[in-house]
Parts: sequence; structure tokens; C-alpha cells
Amino acid sequence: MKYDAIVIGAGMSGLAAGIRLAMFDKKVLILEKHSIPGGLNSYYQRRNFDKGGVRQFDVGLHALTNFIKKGEKGKPFSKLLKQLRLSYDDFKLCPQTHSKILFPGVELKFSNEFELLLSEISEKFPGEIDHFLKLTEKVRSFNELDLSITYSSSRAVLKEFIKDELLIEMILCPLLIYGSAWEDDMDFAQFVIMFKSLYFEGFGRPEGGVRTILSLLMKKINDLNADIRFKTAVSKILVNDSGEAFGVIANGEEFYAPVILSSIGYPETVRLTPEVASTPRIGAMTFMESIFILDKKIPLHQNDSTIIFYNNSNKYAYRPADHFFDSSSAVICFPDNYESQNKEGEGTVRITFMANYSQWRELDKSSYESMKNKVGESSLELMKKLIPAFDGKVLFQDIFSPMTIERYTWHLSGTVYGSIDKTRDGRTPFKNLYIIGTDQGFLGIVGSMLSGISMANLHGLMGANEI
Amino acid sequence: MADVRQIVIDIISDIAPDEDVSNLDDAKSLREQLDLDSMDFLDIVMELRKRHKVEVPQEDYPKLATLASCVSYLSPKFATV
Repeated sequence: MKYDAIVIGAGMSGLAAGIRLAMFDKKVLILEKHSIPGGLNSYYQRRNFDKGGVRQFDVGLHALTNFIKKGEKGKPFSKLLKQLRLSYDDFKLCPQTHSKILFPGVELKFSNEFELLLSEISEKFPGEIDHFLKLTEKVRSFNELDLSITYSSSRAVLKEFIKDELLIEMILCPLLIYGSAWEDDMDFAQFVIMFKSLYFEGFGRPEGGVRTILSLLMKKINDLNADIRFKTAVSKILVNDSGEAFGVIANGEEFYAPVILSSIGYPETVRLTPEVASTPRIGAMTFMESIFILDKKIPLHQNDSTIIFYNNSNKYAYRPADHFFDSSSAVICFPDNYESQNKEGEGTVRITFMANYSQWRELDKSSYESMKNKVGESSLELMKKLIPAFDGKVLFQDIFSPMTIERYTWHLSGTVYGSIDKTRDGRTPFKNLYIIGTDQGFLGIVGSMLSGISMANLHGLMGANEI
Repeated sequence: MADVRQIVIDIISDIAPDEDVSNLDDAKSLREQLDLDSMDFLDIVMELRKRHKVEVPQEDYPKLATLASCVSYLSPKFATV
């Protein structure tokens, strides 16, 4: 079968790319290995043993970053709406209350109003506020969309501006764990993307979670009659003798197109091509998450934060856990604490720890289950420590590990933020084959959709592939 | 004869539904008056092709800077459609 473009993967970037191409009458084929869309931001269900029926869970999405208010212009989220012809109201965004970075003896709150973070830093690090303002000026004027930028260390830049090491650690903590493929540091261009999307813009959550976004995108795909196939894994990317990709094999069938956009990760993509001179490296950062359903919501007077970035020492270690998982730091997400969420009924808490893929991989079935239970126990202990007054009970818990991530997203080694070798302009060693999504270096749900959009525009619509 | 000015305005209001296009100054750059970026200009070009079969090569994108320049650049193209 012949198409104008093939998109590999129906995650956020693949769906967005598919929509853009189909919008302008390109005959597009989207191939997805899983039975449902979403990729790293998907959902699953579990039978509900006490009440019958099923419970639905989101994976990925703690928050939609890049929050804007209705009508705000010139921001990543508003660009996304225009490019996909979606309206702000479709997303049913509920803003966060606020989130906080919690280190021993000091916390910094931030919200969708940047002034809150500024006043927190003035109060808690009075000697540093002018330095921090200078840093924000640099961040504001930095063009992170320039595709020619090469790697530079964020820590090195931060040290030029800020003297207090604790403040550096605290600023970095949410940015690293919400987006860095690199251990203990991140590319400064990615730091800027994350700084803007978390601290300048902030968090929201669509009512209904990730499925609200996915059903919007799927409706567009279907309205535009784009060809999307699930349970259809690409086993090979076809490349001719001149090094030009021209098609794929999926489920034994051959499909041809002059442009192929792959959202499955850079190392994962080149595993499907002929051998390349230097294989992109797989990142080491992987995570696990415990999801608890509580018999009641945590009252706001016991915890009013939406997300807590917790660390139990003054130094933030962002690296694979030494021993399976590391409970000395965590991200605790309280999805009930987005504004205008129903305050009645069951509560939900999600707790993320850093993990160690190579250790999890070695476990046999029974030690895997018992290690998962230890993760659950440590998560509950942490919740008890942070919210000692809460007396609710856990009705249900579910835990995913690096193995779960690898099994359902096919990201090698269970990575979430992809390879440590990004390809900022999407190019690969093969002509007509481009990387979209996380490994292009744009982060979060909004970032990955913009990545899919911009690569579809550049290589699928403007015809740059012919140059 | 097609009303090229109106055609461009219709496209812009579909691409950027939140923009007020009722009081545009034909001589001023569209970017100055509206929240349009390079992605939006690509969409204007793509919509011209899709709706009216009018092609704008990439090197001519700057000729879409103002409503007046759109009219003078696009009118001959519409005449031959």
C-alpha cells in the first residue's frame, strides 16, 4: 500500500503529526503496536473487586504542563490549539492549586502565577532573589526552539547565577524528574523548556484525565479519515541503497511512503533500520509508580498541594536507584487537588520513585511481586509521613515498574524520557526518516504534540524532504 | 473576480478563531496586528492550496506580510485558477 506519509506510534506526537498531515489531504498511515493510543501517556483498567465494574487509571500524565488561561496568546499551548484546530474549552483544563518542592526544613511553593515562586524565594533565600531574577531573564530570552543548539550543562549555567547550592538543587528537582533523560543534570535547552512550562506557565489537568485528550485527538483522526491501525507493530524500516527510507513492514505487510515519522524513540527506531555507525544511547533513568485509591479524599487542610516534589536530603540524586527503587525522593501527585474537581467520593494518590531497570529485569515472578509490595509499603509510609493526620483507608493499589513501562511502551530499558542522544532537528542517518516526540527533545504532552506538528509541517507539508 | 482580501481573512479566522479580524489595517503587517507565527503562515499557504488550488512557493511567503501585499501577490494567481 502506498501513502504520502507513515507515522510510527500513536502517542501524543504521532497523533498530532497524523492530524496535521491528514488536515491537508495527505494520505497518512499511523501504525501502533498497542491496542490503544497514548504511548507513554495512556490508560488502563483493572477489575474492581469490591464493587464490580472496572476502575480506569491514567499512566504518564500527572499534569499537563504549559498551562494557560483561556485567550492567552503566543504560548506553546495556544500554538498547539491553533495547529490542531482545537478549542481551549475542549481540554476542560482544571488548574492546579499549587505544587511544592519539599526538602528538609525548607519548602518552595509554585503555582500557575510565577509571582508565588518569586515571593517564596525572596522569603526563604533572601540573598538569592536578585540572582534568580537574572536567571529568569536568561531563560526568558533563550530561544529553546533553535534546532541547532548543542548540549550544555544546566548545572554549569545555574552555578554562574546562583550561589546557594540548596536552591540550585531545589530548582532542578522538578525539572529533572519531569523530563530529564540525563542523570543528575540536563541539557540547558531542555532546562529552559521545562522552566518555562513548569514555573512560568504551570500545571493543569483535563477533566477526565488523559482520555479526554486522547479522545479529542482520535476524533480528529477519524473525522479526517486518517488510516490508523492498532496492534500493528513495525518490524522493519525499509531503506534503499542510497540510504533513503521508503517504507515499513508491519504485521508482515509492506507499506510505502516518501516520508516516515517515527515516535517510538531514537534507539528503538534505529533497531528497525539497517545498521548505523553510532547507535543512539539508551538513557538509564526509569521510574516506578504506586497508585492508591483511598476510601475518601484527603481534606485540603491536611494537604492542599497538587504535586509535591519530595527529597529527604539537601542534595538531589537524580540517577537510577542503587537498590531497585529509591524512596529518599519522590513525586507525589494528588489529582484530586486540581481546582473544580469533585471534592466528594474516593481519593487518588500517585507516588513515583526512581528505579533501577537492570535489577528489576533480573527478578523472577515471585520476587518481582514481593519487590512491588515493598514499593507499595514504602509509598504508603511516605504518604503517612507527609500527611500524618489522614485516616483514610486504601481500597485498591496498583504499581507499575520499569518492566511494565518497557512491556507496554516498548521503550528499551523502560525509559520515560528517552535517549540521552537527542536529534533536535529530527534527522536520522537515513533520508526521509525523522524522529518525533521525546527523542526530538521536546518534553511533556504539549511538547511532544508540538514536536509531531513541527516535523509534520517541515517534512510532510513543506516538502523539505525533496530538498 | 475573487475577493482575495476576504478569502485571506476567512482563512485567518478559521486558523485563529480567537482573533478579531474586523478592523485590520491593510497596510500594516498581519503579524503586528494578530497573534500569528510562522506556523500560522504555513497554514494560510496550506489552506490556499487546499481550498483554492493556489500555490505559494516557500520563497514567496514574505509576500503575505500584509493584507495589501496578499491582495497584490495573490490576485493574479486567482485570475488563472
